[in-house]
Amino acid sequence: MTDSKYFTTTKKGEIFELKAELNSDKKEKKKEAVKKVIASMTVGKDVSALFPDVVNCMQTDNLELKKLVYLYLMNYAKSQPDMAIMAVNTFVKDCEDPNPLIRALAVRTMGCIRVDKITEYLCEPLRKCLKDEDPYVRKTAAVCVAKLHDINAQLVEDQGFLDTLKDLISDSNPMVVANAVAALSEIAESHPSSNLLDLNPQSINKLLTALNECTEWGQIFILDCLANYTPKDDREAQSICERVTPRLSHANSAVVLSAVKVLMKFMEMLSKDLDYYGTLLKKLAPPLVTLLSAEPELQYVALRNINLIVQKRPEILKHEMKVFFVKYNDPIYVKLEKLDIMIRLASQANIAQVLAELKEYATEVDVDFVRKAVRAIGRCAIKVEQSAERCVSTLLDLIQTKVNYVVQEAIVVIKDIFRKYPNKYESVIATLCENLDSLDEPEARAAMIWIVGEYAERIDNADELLESFLEGFHDESTQVQLQLLTAIVKLFLKKPTETQELVQQVLSLATQDSDNPDLRDRGYIYWRLLSTDPVAAKEVVLAEKPLISEETDLIEPTLLDELICYIGTLASVYHKPPSAFVEGGRGVVHKCLPPRTASNESAESPEAAPTGAPPAEQPDVIPPQGDLLGDLLNLDLGPPVSGPPLATSSAQMGAVDLLGGGLDSLIGSTNFTPPAAAVPASLGAPIGSGLSDLFDLTSGVGTLSGSYVAPKAVWLPAMKAKGLEISGTFTRQVGSISMDLQLTNKALQVMTDFAIQFNRNSFGLAPAAPLQVHAPLSPNQTVEISLPLNTVGSVMKMEPLNNLQVAVKNNIDVFYFSTLYPLHILFVEDGKMDRQMFLATWKDIPSENEAQFQIRDCPLNAEAVSSKLQSSNIFTIAKRNVEGQDMLYQSLKLTNGIWVLAELRIQPGNPSLTLSLKCRAPEVSQHVYQAYETILKN
Amino acid sequence: MKSLSDFGFRVIQEYFLMCNKYKLFFSQKMIHSLFLINCSGDIFLEKHWKSVVSQSVCDYFFEAQEKAADVENVPPVISTPHHYLISIYRDKLFFVSVIQTEVPPLFVIEFLHRVADTFQDYFGECSEAAIKDNVVIVYELLEEMLDNGFPLATESNILKELIKPPTILRSVVNSITGSSNVGDTLPTGQLSNIPWRRAGVKYTNNEAYFDVVEEIDAIIDKSGSTVFAEIQGVIDACIKLSGMPDLSLSFMNPRLLDDVSFHPCIRFKRWESERVLSFIPPDGNFRLISYRVSSQNLVAIPVYVKHSISFKENSSCGRFDITIGPKQNMGKTIEGITVTVHMPKVVLNMNLTPTQGSYTFDPVTKVLTWDVGKITPQKLPSLKGLVNLQSGAPKPEENPSLNIQFKIQQLAISGLKVNRLDMYGEKYKPFKGVKYVTKAGKFQVRT
Repeated sequence: MTDSKYFTTTKKGEIFELKAELNSDKKEKKKEAVKKVIASMTVGKDVSALFPDVVNCMQTDNLELKKLVYLYLMNYAKSQPDMAIMAVNTFVKDCEDPNPLIRALAVRTMGCIRVDKITEYLCEPLRKCLKDEDPYVRKTAAVCVAKLHDINAQLVEDQGFLDTLKDLISDSNPMVVANAVAALSEIAESHPSSNLLDLNPQSINKLLTALNECTEWGQIFILDCLANYTPKDDREAQSICERVTPRLSHANSAVVLSAVKVLMKFMEMLSKDLDYYGTLLKKLAPPLVTLLSAEPELQYVALRNINLIVQKRPEILKHEMKVFFVKYNDPIYVKLEKLDIMIRLASQANIAQVLAELKEYATEVDVDFVRKAVRAIGRCAIKVEQSAERCVSTLLDLIQTKVNYVVQEAIVVIKDIFRKYPNKYESVIATLCENLDSLDEPEARAAMIWIVGEYAERIDNADELLESFLEGFHDESTQVQLQLLTAIVKLFLKKPTETQELVQQVLSLATQDSDNPDLRDRGYIYWRLLSTDPVAAKEVVLAEKPLISEETDLIEPTLLDELICYIGTLASVYHKPPSAFVEGGRGVVHKCLPPRTASNESAESPEAAPTGAPPAEQPDVIPPQGDLLGDLLNLDLGPPVSGPPLATSSAQMGAVDLLGGGLDSLIGSTNFTPPAAAVPASLGAPIGSGLSDLFDLTSGVGTLSGSYVAPKAVWLPAMKAKGLEISGTFTRQVGSISMDLQLTNKALQVMTDFAIQFNRNSFGLAPAAPLQVHAPLSPNQTVEISLPLNTVGSVMKMEPLNNLQVAVKNNIDVFYFSTLYPLHILFVEDGKMDRQMFLATWKDIPSENEAQFQIRDCPLNAEAVSSKLQSSNIFTIAKRNVEGQDMLYQSLKLTNGIWVLAELRIQPGNPSLTLSLKCRAPEVSQHVYQAYETILKN
Repeated sequence: MKSLSDFGFRVIQEYFLMCNKYKLFFSQKMIHSLFLINCSGDIFLEKHWKSVVSQSVCDYFFEAQEKAADVENVPPVISTPHHYLISIYRDKLFFVSVIQTEVPPLFVIEFLHRVADTFQDYFGECSEAAIKDNVVIVYELLEEMLDNGFPLATESNILKELIKPPTILRSVVNSITGSSNVGDTLPTGQLSNIPWRRAGVKYTNNEAYFDVVEEIDAIIDKSGSTVFAEIQGVIDACIKLSGMPDLSLSFMNPRLLDDVSFHPCIRFKRWESERVLSFIPPDGNFRLISYRVSSQNLVAIPVYVKHSISFKENSSCGRFDITIGPKQNMGKTIEGITVTVHMPKVVLNMNLTPTQGSYTFDPVTKVLTWDVGKITPQKLPSLKGLVNLQSGAPKPEENPSLNIQFKIQQLAISGLKVNRLDMYGEKYKPFKGVKYVTKAGKFQVRT
């Protein structure tokens, strides 16, 4: 006799039959029927129709039957709130039962029923249970407070349950303490401002005591809570660490990782000279390694966290390289993570082992893994200089295998190696060229073309090679096209005599036959450069390139510090701070590592500040980009080209001659005249600023006569966007809306490839043009951009109405923020209503749509008000003087055609204005009022 | 280079869905729902601790499963527009939990494994059939294990007092007497300072047995040298002692144990100061400690493999030849040897002759399994023969790794030895025993 019998009911009238059985007089039959109902529930069948019948079975002495009915109630009470009320009496009665198990069960179930009417009845029983003599009931009740708070937060506060919960932190039973902490943390998370978990040395002490005695799950709650505490000095930090370290030996990996989080965080406060600091470092390694022998799912989460830990404190695991070696039957998600950590740990000491392993992996079956392994070899070469030679020869061996994807990956990484160690490994170029035909991936093709262009003078048939690519120019991806353009220009500058035709061909392909603006722009710029000043062209195109830095994908130090505070959470698995998900930063407290504070005077406080990755050693070192950096786009980055040009030999003279003849005639024949203004601008100064100057010019004129512009506010702090800071404001001039942005690069690497998108919003605001950042944004550089907007985008009502959610992309990542735009940017110029029309409309709009507001502290007279408002497209239609008060009647129209009518009352001598607004869409009134406020007060 | 179109509204919409998710994040905690899914993709059980989440959420899981090709490669954390799915794969079943909050994923994974352990413990196996047969108990258990996302009772001892495991006898008795399998008193251990042990335990034969089990994880390279090796050890206990015994277990060479995870019953301070395991044991079977002897210490490798696997260029066959021999086996017999090899995809069939044992080759999964048995040093077992490849296909690039299983009785390869077991607090004399066994864990030989 097994439970599977409950699944086999006759199809016809199943519910009907169950109903009959539930109402049977026989207890046993009833129980069997409830079991059948539960069985149906487990497979997702809807049995809510049986609600009244099941609830009728609730009053029973049989505990199993009672539990089953409770199970049912939890699932379906929400869909039958009126029926659920029938159960309340039994619940309340059960909360008084002499058996603590039943008391706890009742209060627990009641909390799970998310029906308002029931929660009202829950308060009294809950209050009793929180003070129950039995700790089992108390601990269940503690969790119930969190449940209730989730349903009705106000009720919980009004009833004083929070205070009771806080008292439970001092309970004698560790299990009760753990649950109270868990409940309070949950409540605190939904109210970050409330100071619920008021942590002080006394309460910390209580928590640490409970930590030793409560269950493993309770330990996790307590450790996570401890991690939010900031000790007052290093002594306190050390004493907490000492009491937390035993948790590292716990069998439950979640406990271990939570303990690691606390230790990693508090270690920040300890001086590195301290013996204890070293001890702690040593103690952290074994538990982390042990996590890797657990089930693969646990391994994965552990590896993602270890990835953060080795970036923050590489010394912890520096001797443990071998545990990250990949086993062939590891799941792929574990393999990829292990590989990542291997590279992070690679150093001169272990590079031989690492390379041998990587080479082994490159012959595995899984393509993704093999590719990553090949890339890893390249990263090792860049990271560990001494190993570069060995890495290159390993890569060459791999190229000899002729396995297509291996060859392509190898070429991509060799390109990076060339950029790191120029003029060192060019001997391998011949081998690379042999594989030219097999390259079918854009990235590999682009890399190969870059190599050919860069070393054109050493490759005899460079022109033939490039020409062969040129044949299918239009079928190539943009990446390859751009690269081909640059490479051929390089080739031309190096070997001007033979390649004249080729360069003309590519320039015309890029500028005339392409509809890609990037490609066209680059083509034109080269063209102009070559035609106006070949010497400058040479200086620009063949300028010495900055070296690429070693660590390519390190997490930004600020972000890393934040993520360290989130060890063990989903944020740590995704390597994104929770704040990256949350609108406008509301409701999220940024966590940061505590500053190092010494209780006694010690010398190392100054060195406390930079704890993250070391700053780039040379200002001109930039990390390699995902794509090949266009040489041209680097032009404002490279070291200043000074002194006399490279050579004044006959070759160069030849080039000049040639340009004089060839290109000019070319230009002449195609009737192309480049706009002269752009040329000096783009040559003399970084292009980005040059163009934004132009923008400033136009916007500067408009601002004078346009509506009020708020000062720029920071919309996206650098901390949340890997170093990109965005501040901005909105303007409206002469009928056009724009978003004035200021982008600042506070990261260590160059930012390129900017783009912007808006989410659908209430008024259909959308960018009217792409975000134009013309030059890469180098560290500490700021650009100002005015982004024209229109209102023809998709419309979706937002909360609040003027909320605008924006996504900005650059080469690093995509970032999101939201901002509120002032409504007056939407007031259109033809918002002046006819007098008669105004009167009719005013009457026509029902009075419940009228909203009244006070504008305080605005000592302006009617004329001043009127003219101020007019400049923001709020038009005064009529003015009346009633009993010494000035009444202004005004109208405005929004971009989507909504009219707003206003009556503004100004009393002489009274700085408060009264504003009455009438509109068919009353939800805008509040925002129109805010617009009035901003305009009048500025 | 990402083009602007890559980063269009889809991204933004995903982001705003994320926002919504986060709003939920702050209102709901921990595990929201659990789905059990078998290998053919049927959802055969669902449990919701809060509101009901539609089964359709599992579509994201199925999508990931499809992408992963192999069941073992399904990523454990999957992000969906409104939820996170955290799953484990155990005994051919997927335990998929639906999460709406920022929660420690390890917490969830550990809990899911605990659920699977509990099923195993209650029903003898953790299988679809066993779960379906006991669906009501399963439901009661899940309800007892988690409340509002907070684990409530996960200790097997406590659970068994709340909900009695099914036995044939009990179900017969229940059906006659109408009594139930739900305990109606509060478990005694639940709130005591030793929550893992119930009071009033009584046995006529008092016994305490310990199994020291060590597994060798190793990667051996082509030439036979060790790339990586470590020992994963556990001490599993079976304690049937009356009353409240207080045990002390000491070792001859405790210094071997420098990376240990303890059962909560162990007094950590005693271990720190005296290197003695002192504890009041749970009743029944449990894992006392697990430990790791790392690669820095020398790990003995008990077997060696000679191998030669080659494929000829432009011909549809290859040669296969492996021989196994004992290495550092400390004079004990190595038994239960099995070799499994994932052959490359182009292998059609294998024609082999074993000198000992039997072999099978599955042409679908391309897995070769050779059941060797014992090694007798006089005549080393070997497996030789021809490999048939798909004609016309290029010679395989990858070299298959050999996965080796073996067992050595009465030996802990790390050299760990129990010194003595003392009991305090009770007067009777218990039977005591220690068993040692060494096994291959993830033991791989590259070719």
